[in-house]
Amino acid sequence: MEQPNLSKIVRIPGPVSEGYELLTKSHADGSHSLSVLVRGAYCAACIQKIESCIAQQDNVINARLNFSTGKFSVDWNGSASRANNFIRSIEDLGYSVRPYDAVVEKQNLEEEERFLLMCLGVAGFAMGNIMLVSVGLWTTTTETMGIVTRDFLHWISACIALPTILFSGRPFFRSAFSALKAGHTNMDVPISIGITLAGCMSLFETIHHGENAYFDSAVMLIFFLLIGRYFDFRARKNARSAATDLLSNMSGFATVIEDGKLSHVPILQLQQGQTVRISVGEQFPVDGNVVEGISDIDVSLVTGETIPISVSQGMPVYAGTLNLSAPLVIKVEKAAENSLLADIVRLMEKAAQGQARYVRLAERVARLYTPVVHTLAACAFLGWLLVGHIVWQKALMIAVTVLIITCPCALGLAVPIVQVLATGRLMKKGILVKAGDALERLAAIDTIMIDKTGTLTIGKPVLISTCTSDHLQIAASLAACSQHPLSQAIMRSYSGVLLPITHMQEYPGQGLEGLLHGKTIRLGSRAWCGLPDAEHSDQLELWLYVEEEEPVLFYFSDQLRADSAETILQLQKEGLSPILISGDRRSVVERIAAMCSIDHLYFEKSPAEKFAMMQHLRNNGSKVLMVGDGLNDAPTLAGADVSMAPGTAIGMTQNAADIIFMGDRLQPVYEAYMTARLTQKLVKQNFVLAVLYNLIAIPMAVCGIVTPFVAALAMSGSSLVVIANCFRLRLRK
Amino acid sequence: MSILLYLVPVALFLGFLGLVIFIWTLRTNQYEDLEGTAQRILIDDDSSKRND
Repeated sequence: MEQPNLSKIVRIPGPVSEGYELLTKSHADGSHSLSVLVRGAYCAACIQKIESCIAQQDNVINARLNFSTGKFSVDWNGSASRANNFIRSIEDLGYSVRPYDAVVEKQNLEEEERFLLMCLGVAGFAMGNIMLVSVGLWTTTTETMGIVTRDFLHWISACIALPTILFSGRPFFRSAFSALKAGHTNMDVPISIGITLAGCMSLFETIHHGENAYFDSAVMLIFFLLIGRYFDFRARKNARSAATDLLSNMSGFATVIEDGKLSHVPILQLQQGQTVRISVGEQFPVDGNVVEGISDIDVSLVTGETIPISVSQGMPVYAGTLNLSAPLVIKVEKAAENSLLADIVRLMEKAAQGQARYVRLAERVARLYTPVVHTLAACAFLGWLLVGHIVWQKALMIAVTVLIITCPCALGLAVPIVQVLATGRLMKKGILVKAGDALERLAAIDTIMIDKTGTLTIGKPVLISTCTSDHLQIAASLAACSQHPLSQAIMRSYSGVLLPITHMQEYPGQGLEGLLHGKTIRLGSRAWCGLPDAEHSDQLELWLYVEEEEPVLFYFSDQLRADSAETILQLQKEGLSPILISGDRRSVVERIAAMCSIDHLYFEKSPAEKFAMMQHLRNNGSKVLMVGDGLNDAPTLAGADVSMAPGTAIGMTQNAADIIFMGDRLQPVYEAYMTARLTQKLVKQNFVLAVLYNLIAIPMAVCGIVTPFVAALAMSGSSLVVIANCFRLRLRK
Repeated sequence: MSILLYLVPVALFLGFLGLVIFIWTLRTNQYEDLEGTAQRILIDDDSSKRND
């Protein structure tokens, strides 16, 4: 037997941190730069630790961590291979690092956000300055200030407004143009027409020493609408970047053995038939078969179950699973882009596309709104021209007033502001809303599909059997050296002194062995402890064998979250029907379902079956909320009407979910649902307010009795009322 | 009314100054990491001039 080497058994090294020199960018002046994704930074101390650790090293020009996105950038002089040292230093601090491949996609998002902010800033500046002039125009009659002064003020307004309309109006013009090109209309079409006509007509009036210039209204319209647009963009930004984060899971390096030599190869370039070495703690990059070695692998990523399975020569392993206890050599069966993991990713992308077809309430309102407004404006124009017998300029001006005063402002603000407030409120309770329209979709659900392990339950086994404290002490002393979830469960239920055990050895797939006071002790499966024929039960079990004694049995069970049953009951009271769906065995699923009083349950379901089940429900007209945490749930999460995942879920699953909740309670699911309903109620109220306003304003505009002052006042007024209504969300406990 | 000839340009200049500052903050990426900035204020910078 080998000499015991405790540190070797206990320490699980992270994935390979080499090959980063391939990702660095070299610059003309001899410097290099690298961007990576750092996970696990949660506070100011983390920022400082990471940045100063790198910045202290020689010839580092700049090291900065973007706390919001987790992107860490470093610039340095010297050789490119220093990149690996930097990465290792960060990993030694305890943070995980991933290559940051999706830079291009992210940059587009950043540019778009910057573009919107720039438009907003310019519109804000223009609005402030035009108001300065307009107040004078509104409060003074032409007789008092004279035509010359009035024209002067009109020209100043024109000089500010016209460039602003051209510059800040671009988001609306672009969207309206692409909608028209595709053969349909959206809310941006009347906005664009209104703004353009208002600008042109006001200029016409100014040139002809006219009285009615609408420059202020046009700019204010742009400003308010851009505020709504910007909020909306921010809310949706995270959702859109989900797909790019997925790609970063597929990037990285694998250790390939070729002619006895080791080399690092980017995962995406692995070929079928290559031999890859997987060290302890490393994720399998591809699907393959074990060529050499015996180990336990954590398959929770693929199946959702927490208990590792043991693999030996000839057995298949799947990409995304984690090698736990001993190094393995595998032969690549399917390249990374064909692996099971990639299949799941593809299924998710397909599902997400289906979800994108969802039409938001605001858009449905806009579809109704557009033709009505256009018709009204046209009627006003023709009516005044043909029946009212006024000059065409005046008739057109009235039509423009109708377009502007119908207040897309309130409509544009109704949804984004409520959403920003609701999202902020949920965030304080540890619920993270990722998708912009998630709350809207959540409010409409009638069915909840819930995964078992890690969602209804905590996902960690807990020791439930009783035994003597001596036996527990011996078991804990052995278990202290193992990363196996059951060993860790024993450690969690024991807090005393550990015994000095020598010749400790972990046998992958079987158990642990060591010497205590000259006696052999073993902890592991029933076969490992010499009892292959003992009576089977549904529970997870571990046996302790002490030489010359009867083996002792430990039972484990995955505990329910403390408030699972209560939360399910609350949701049922709200008229939702819960469905338990799991990859686990029948007996276990039935027991959990009974504890939570769930009538509909499905067991032993594969990821594809879960997905099919969800689609079947949706095709039958149900609106489905999926709550799950494993990678096996990811496609279902992505394809459901709306989805939630606990904060303990793996990165990819969190990416697929619309809403993430923290903590070890299930209550956030109920909390989020109730907030979503309240939010939806407020949004609808806002639309009603906007409609009421229009019912008063439109007839006035059509009759031609609205002056620019009244139009401006009415527009701000309606926006303020809508905003004030949104803030009622804050008042609710 | 000739006072307008001075006051309006002055007001416009001040407004324009604000716009220029805004564009500067945008160009220097000051809106990229709003959360990070909020956290960084808590960092005690030991190497700052305070200790000199």
